[in-house]
Amino acid sequence: MADTTIKKLAIGGLWGLLAGLLLMATGIEPAKAEYGDVVMNNYSDEAGMRPVIFPHWFHRVRFRCKVCHADLGFKFKAGGNEINMLKIIDGEYCGACHNGDIAWSVENCDLCHSAKPGTPTQVHESTLQQLVAPVAGAGGAGGNNNK
Amino acid sequence: MKSSRLLFSIIALTVPIVLHLASGVATAQNANTFNRLMKPPEERNPPPMKDGIHDPDNSGTRILQPPREAFEPMPKANSGNRIDWVKALEENKINPRYDRLDPAKEPIIMDLNIVREVKGSMPDVVYPHKQHTEWLDCSNCHPAIFIPQKGANQISMASILLGEKCGVCHGKVAFPVSDCRKCHAKTKTDTAAK
Repeated sequence: MADTTIKKLAIGGLWGLLAGLLLMATGIEPAKAEYGDVVMNNYSDEAGMRPVIFPHWFHRVRFRCKVCHADLGFKFKAGGNEINMLKIIDGEYCGACHNGDIAWSVENCDLCHSAKPGTPTQVHESTLQQLVAPVAGAGGAGGNNNK
Repeated sequence: MKSSRLLFSIIALTVPIVLHLASGVATAQNANTFNRLMKPPEERNPPPMKDGIHDPDNSGTRILQPPREAFEPMPKANSGNRIDWVKALEENKINPRYDRLDPAKEPIIMDLNIVREVKGSMPDVVYPHKQHTEWLDCSNCHPAIFIPQKGANQISMASILLGEKCGVCHGKVAFPVSDCRKCHAKTKTDTAAK
């Protein structure tokens, strides 16, 4: 008799612990990534790859906006350029520099494809994202403002 | 009997963990903390492993440069990345290329201020072409975002907040609208005297 009570208690405790851990994992954690970080998830999730994070700040230290946004034809819109790996290996968009000559080449998949799976396309910390950000349970991703 | 002992030990392990978690939640939910809606300074510019969008389980994530390391020598600001990028460029703290291949290529600078008179009590806007042409090409803004003609562009703070006009960059990657005075830089009397 006592044995089953303890068993029930133990199972209850374990469920509680699991629920607590799950709550932590699904994240009440606020978004903290860098202002201007762009997440692109046009095709990644479907293809079983992590979405791409483009760190604006890192590139801005090395190139003026004009190089990508005028010379290479990147539109000012997160996820709006329909970039895919074929275009990149043919030297378009990211591939204009990420070719093993100016910057490291495409075999370093996980340096770009580095976002948590399921992260939506967005400009991180943008004013618009903050305006529409849900109050609770937003997770790390926030609103999808730029699709 | 053996199994019940095992269960006891599980409970003994679980209870303190649950209590610890619960106490953590209790501290986090203190209603009267200072600046409860603001990000504390130590949480700004976190490394990729801790920034909430990079996957810590991805092996590439740990190789990426932590922003703080790059920002250390750069002049600070109070918004965005908390870096004054225009000043960083002026003070030669960074030397971003103007051409993809040629590190020596110099930008074509246009030094022309445009004053836009605004409604209400806010100071008029002074738009400096100089700082913008340091970074950008004319074709980035003209004619798609701004028609290059005086009085031809309707701009409102609402449209900027929604990511149009100045808001195509300001509020996404360039300094955000909370830095009012960087644009609303001219007093009404200055304009009247002009």
